[in-house]
Amino acid sequence: MTHPVSTPLLEVRGISKRYGAVLANDQVDLSLYGGEVHALLGENGAGKSTLSKIMYGFTRPDSGEILLGGKPVDLHSPRDARALGIGMVFQNFLLIPALSVLENIALFLTDLPPIFRREAVEQRIREFGERFGLVVDPWAQVRQLSVGDQQKVEILKLLLAQARVLILDEPTKVLAPHEVVALFRVFEVLKAEGYSILFITHKLREVVACADRITVMRQGRVEGRLTSGQADVDTLVTMMFGEGGAGEPTATGTVPEQPPSTLPIFELRGASSKATGSETPLKNLDVSIGAGEIVGVAGVSGSGQKELGDLILGLRPLSTGSKWFCGADASSWTIARIRESGVAFVPEDPLVMAAVPGMSVRENLVLGTGRRYWKGATINWRALEVAMGKSFSALAFPVPGLDPPMGALSGGNLQRVVIAREMAHKPKLVVALYPTRGLDVRSALSVRDLLRRVRDGGGGVLLISEDLEELAEMADRLLVLYGGAIAGEFKRGVWQAEQVGHLMTGSKEALHA
Amino acid sequence: MPEARMAAALRTSQAVRISLRYALVCAVALAMFAAILLAAGKDPLKAYADTFTYTLANAYGFSELLVRMTPLLLAAVAVALPSRLGLINVGGEGQLYLGAWMASAGALMFPGLPAWILLPLVVVMGFLGGAIWGAIPGVLRAAKLVNETIATLLLNYIAPLIVSFFIFGPWRAVDSSAYPQSSAFPEAARLPSFFNTRIHAGILISLAVLLAYWLIMEKTRWGVEMRAIGGNPEAAQRLGIPVAVWIVIALAIGGGLAGLAGMGEVMGIHGRLRQGLSPGYGFTGFLISWLAGGRPLGILFMAFLFAIITSAGDTLQITQGLPYSVVNILLAMILFIVLARRPARGTAK
Repeated sequence: MTHPVSTPLLEVRGISKRYGAVLANDQVDLSLYGGEVHALLGENGAGKSTLSKIMYGFTRPDSGEILLGGKPVDLHSPRDARALGIGMVFQNFLLIPALSVLENIALFLTDLPPIFRREAVEQRIREFGERFGLVVDPWAQVRQLSVGDQQKVEILKLLLAQARVLILDEPTKVLAPHEVVALFRVFEVLKAEGYSILFITHKLREVVACADRITVMRQGRVEGRLTSGQADVDTLVTMMFGEGGAGEPTATGTVPEQPPSTLPIFELRGASSKATGSETPLKNLDVSIGAGEIVGVAGVSGSGQKELGDLILGLRPLSTGSKWFCGADASSWTIARIRESGVAFVPEDPLVMAAVPGMSVRENLVLGTGRRYWKGATINWRALEVAMGKSFSALAFPVPGLDPPMGALSGGNLQRVVIAREMAHKPKLVVALYPTRGLDVRSALSVRDLLRRVRDGGGGVLLISEDLEELAEMADRLLVLYGGAIAGEFKRGVWQAEQVGHLMTGSKEALHA
Repeated sequence: MPEARMAAALRTSQAVRISLRYALVCAVALAMFAAILLAAGKDPLKAYADTFTYTLANAYGFSELLVRMTPLLLAAVAVALPSRLGLINVGGEGQLYLGAWMASAGALMFPGLPAWILLPLVVVMGFLGGAIWGAIPGVLRAAKLVNETIATLLLNYIAPLIVSFFIFGPWRAVDSSAYPQSSAFPEAARLPSFFNTRIHAGILISLAVLLAYWLIMEKTRWGVEMRAIGGNPEAAQRLGIPVAVWIVIALAIGGGLAGLAGMGEVMGIHGRLRQGLSPGYGFTGFLISWLAGGRPLGILFMAFLFAIITSAGDTLQITQGLPYSVVNILLAMILFIVLARRPARGTAK
């Protein structure tokens, strides 16, 4: 289904957007026609969100133009975009739980008079609901609705506000399978009525199932454009993750040929954990990290990576199974005990999870070091500074000023402080979530180097990353996480990016090589 | 290290700015209050002059300022310490009453003990009373059951009733049947007073507590941990700081300090347990801590200021024939101006 002659409803041309060192969008072209579902596909960090935010007026591009019905427009804010008929459903719904469906929708309709007739709005909600298969009770409180129904309200909101272009950011992430099917039926009706839908996702099977045209992004650029007939899962995986070659052993850092140690450093045996809200429950995980081993974990975001890290840390209780550290049952250890036994954590969001912005860098360095620098009721600041200075120089990180507040540091510097602190005491196990995200190339190299040194020194590393190249270079063993369970396990060198990509996106059943 | 110098300079300039801000707030509040006095047909200049004469420029008046500051300082630190962990303790008044009650229990149960045992005993019991009243909300909060603001607030209603129950019932003095109060405490339980005034040893406790508060917060590893919790609870927990334990400890100590204030009132001033032993010191302590941003020197300054303002109430009653409650207008104005000057947090984007 192509529309070669008609004018696209919305079109972007040559969009570029730079965030610091990262070129999030690089000369991106995309056009959305009426009556089509257009899938925007890509890994995390491929630039999908940036592009959608630009199209919704949330972010201004550095260069490039946006055309609406062929005419250039200037989007200063989402308000402008909405006025022009562009609507967006975010991953986190923007609904007020305590209000009814009707009130939530009415809040969004700017053309309503201050005193409006509820019956009239109710009428419109019912009418649109029938027409598009989005039936919800207008008088129900949003908090009582299922996630799928809340999504219906979000879409209804846009339709009633006369949006013609609907941008949906990972709409299926939160849905149960039958709700996904229902959503695709809604897409069909919307298409038939001439609406244009931009469907952002990284789930390939869904793309193949419902998209008319597909744009694949990779590292900020458009990697390929396909129509529904041309697209199969293999092509898409190749486009998303790049050509194979991922499984080649790295030139640097020879793997010490140790016989597998009898005692793994860390083990999860049949570990599960419950989840609330948007968390992912972990299902029966068996993970073993041996001495002198880097275990990589691949997966699209939200597959349970954060939950896995929290489980090891002790922040998240086990619902079943057990946790072992150097042969001791660590299932009920406190966070402090885990950390003091030699587990270091490099969290995914250091500012939120590992730093106190209002306290000085020096004070932040002592946090989480357990009782190592206690001196009576005070802290041996001198010893701390010496030890941390060593850690910084071992990593070849520049030592920041110690007096300014942590919050004054740039993102990269803050991450370096956290990594230096975590690495300062010869950890036996390092759990690193996206440790090189946000770092410049040189710092990223020294972090990888350091993880290898931990491995070569007989320590264990759990490296959770979404960068398949990084995992290929680093991991001795690779686990693929999908939906909170292990979807596949590979030894170094025997996997292909494509194969892993399938497992990450849930497009193939679990397999073990 | 140039950064250290810069940081120090930054802190100094900040301190100057904060002091200037407070001076301005007071000046504006006094000007507005003057307008109200004028409207009431009074001479504001005379009123302020009287207030000055009878408080700051008069030995007795000044001694009364210190008497008022004694519980205010403790009640303020009782709020300030938990606030450093991000906890809101609005239960100072209840904690103060329970401290007074426990201290009284000590004095009434062991009247025969010598002062060197009895005095420390009532001090400790006063602290414990308040600490229990603070620990209850602490445990509830740490267990993620009830928000500490609600729990501390509600406990305020219970503590004075416990006091009333005992002075109307078991402890009611036989000699003064007309007035519900306990019998007088033994001399050995009374806090020594100084210079023939009502200034009592409680002021030393208050100042020591304020100093200890500063030392603990700024110089000890405990302070680092508590401030980390206040600064980023999630990071604190992930870094292995026992957040739940600290929440209970901080609220218990806070409550204990308010309890000491109550102990000081009954053992230093009243000599008996009475209803209405505090004219809202616990609540005023909250305002002081809040206006001072939890900073020790700020607390000292604000406690002094609030002592003057409440004393002014007495003065204006006597010299100008105004009701005591007019000072509440002045207090409210100060609060209002501070609120108006502070940009609302969280709304700006």
